[in-house]
Amino acid sequence: MLLIRCPYCEQELPEIEFRNAGEAHVARPPDIANENDADFEKYFFIRTNPKGIIYERWRHVHGCARFFNAARDTVTDRFLLTYKAGEKKPKKLPGAGKQ
Amino acid sequence: MDRAAVRETPAEGVTRTFVLEGRSGKNSRVTIEPAAPAYRISLRAPAESLASLSRALGVKPPEQPMGSAYAKSGDFAGKGGRVALWLGPDEWLVIDTQGNDPMVDCARAKALHSAVDISHRQVAIDVSGAGAADVLNAGCPRDLSLAVFPVGSAARTVLGKIEIVLLRTGEEAFRVECWRSFSDYAFTFLAEAARDVS
Ligand SMILES: [Zn+2]
Repeated sequence: MLLIRCPYCEQELPEIEFRNAGEAHVARPPDIANENDADFEKYFFIRTNPKGIIYERWRHVHGCARFFNAARDTVTDRFLLTYKAGEKKPKKLPGAGKQ
Repeated sequence: MDRAAVRETPAEGVTRTFVLEGRSGKNSRVTIEPAAPAYRISLRAPAESLASLSRALGVKPPEQPMGSAYAKSGDFAGKGGRVALWLGPDEWLVIDTQGNDPMVDCARAKALHSAVDISHRQVAIDVSGAGAADVLNAGCPRDLSLAVFPVGSAARTVLGKIEIVLLRTGEEAFRVECWRSFSDYAFTFLAEAARDVS
């Protein structure tokens, strides 16, 4: 079973308690009603979908119910780091590139 | 059955039937039984309100993750009482098994908070005995060893296909809180699991 560290519960907990909530750090335009179609498409539909490290929102839905962010390697499915919602995207990732 | 926690009087000629009335499961290693009705509230509050709420409720909502705290007159060993369970950074489940409505006490707290009466939304099942953790682990993916989930630990988690709130009341004793309409599933699941740990 995959274990995910919840930054609010401060413990590694079973994957089944969590739910993925899409890519993280996608900034909502401040004046969304006046966004042109191309920019709105970019914000609303276009995602990086990388092979490698991705920053995602996750929710500990069957636990503390909080949203948080995670850096995950899409190749190995390893979680490199999880951090609280609202915190900056981390510059350094522990164990990045390891299999 | 303690009826103290049943507040409204049902209409004349109508009897309120407890959903798990008469259910029991027991073998040499585990006992599974419905807990008596209790008052429950869902409490949401910012950290600044906790002092005021603690005075009103007589118990301090714990701030450490997966913690729980009893009011002075209560304890984990059978007597029960009023307990506050940490569910999230600003969310607690307060259970009172001695017939004192925490909603009444919360109303006295001046500080900002949200308290919702969920007494009838949930039902509790007591699971105890040497095989209690094994029975729960048949459907709950948490590490329930005493090192990781010691006495007093509380957590919202899953049991099979439903969500539960789990409180460890003793080294070999747990309280399982689930939504009322799922209680038949929860009880049956636990009783079936008990057949494997006898
Ligand atoms: Zn959590």
